[in-house]
Amino acid sequence: MASTAEIQSGLAEILEEVAGVAPADATPEKSFTEDLDVDSLSMVEIATAVEDKFGVAIPDDELGGIKTVGDAISFIEKNQ
Amino acid sequence: MSDTRIQLTTGAPGAAVLGIGAYRPRRRVTNDELSQTMDTSDEWIQSRVGIAERRWAEPDETVVEMSVAAGGKALAASGLAPEDVDLVVVASASLPTMIPGAGPEVAHRLGIRRPGSYDLNAGCAGFCYALGAAADAIRTGSATHALVVGAEKLTDVTDLTDRSTAVIFADGAGAMVLGPTEDPGVGPVVWGSDGDQRDAIAIPTGEGAKLTMAGQAVYRWATTRLTDTLQQAMDRAGVTAADIDVFAPHQANLRIIELMAKRLGLGEDTVIARDVVQAGNTSSASVPLALSALLESGEAKSGDLALLLGYGAGLTFAGQVVRLP
Repeated sequence: MASTAEIQSGLAEILEEVAGVAPADATPEKSFTEDLDVDSLSMVEIATAVEDKFGVAIPDDELGGIKTVGDAISFIEKNQ
Repeated sequence: MSDTRIQLTTGAPGAAVLGIGAYRPRRRVTNDELSQTMDTSDEWIQSRVGIAERRWAEPDETVVEMSVAAGGKALAASGLAPEDVDLVVVASASLPTMIPGAGPEVAHRLGIRRPGSYDLNAGCAGFCYALGAAADAIRTGSATHALVVGAEKLTDVTDLTDRSTAVIFADGAGAMVLGPTEDPGVGPVVWGSDGDQRDAIAIPTGEGAKLTMAGQAVYRWATTRLTDTLQQAMDRAGVTAADIDVFAPHQANLRIIELMAKRLGLGEDTVIARDVVQAGNTSSASVPLALSALLESGEAKSGDLALLLGYGAGLTFAGQVVRLP
């Protein structure tokens, strides 16, 4: 199981690759859409990359509830 | 009970594409024009779906009229006479009537006499399904020459004030003429469906009912579940990604096209169809429209190997390798 720090840095890598977000900006309080300019289709790409990297499943109906980087980290922690 | 054995026919060793034709409606609709009537912008549309403009058919540009125009061009390109054709398949998801279908009328209008004819609805995968069925008909001897059309007037079934769909869906028609050959020009079709996602794209029937799409679900499915299909289409045709000269998937969304191309490991000089930028999503018309544009511009050449993929409502998918005429 990945630690919180590992999840945060892994997620930051995915965000950089999919949406060009600088790793230093990927802090827990940031909203994907409002602060990081990630659109709904990039969220799908992030979800599939998270699924591959952390072995979790993020169904489409759960994806809508993940608003911030912190939401994503706790989702992965709970479901990994 | 008669015990006479039923005899079967065999057709040609292979089918080949002999001609491609397309029809683009006259009216060009830019993102700026759409921004005047709904809360959207050129930047928003281009970044999400990669569409810069699309064609919207006017009242006289019906599915049948567009099919006749595209089919006539494909026939002319093939060098065949109408009477040589004995199978006409029209793929469409936006016909104004369920019955009668478009196929017999399109054939009649083109002077094709009494062909086998039917319509096929496999959503945006329709053209590649129809191409597979027609090529198989030539191989089994059920037909000698086939006209395959993909034609859509999606503006009839789209809420043109809904910014989530109106910016995406559009109109047009594309067609191919197939004939028998020794050297196969159409590879085996790889087709399938994921009916558990039947609700992801729908055009309900009834007055005023309009097209709906669960964009995120379809995007996820298209970018994760179809790479295997493309690989199988190449494997079954005995070619590798390095052999593919042209990649022409359904023109749904430029981001899906780019992701698929990246995951396939295509060669650097592979031409990638990006007709969605000018045509929007024309469902079952998109693959022949895209190929026609590449042949006209000279980016694709006669003899090139093209990898095709249709995918859409159902959810359905179909892909094959073809040699361009």
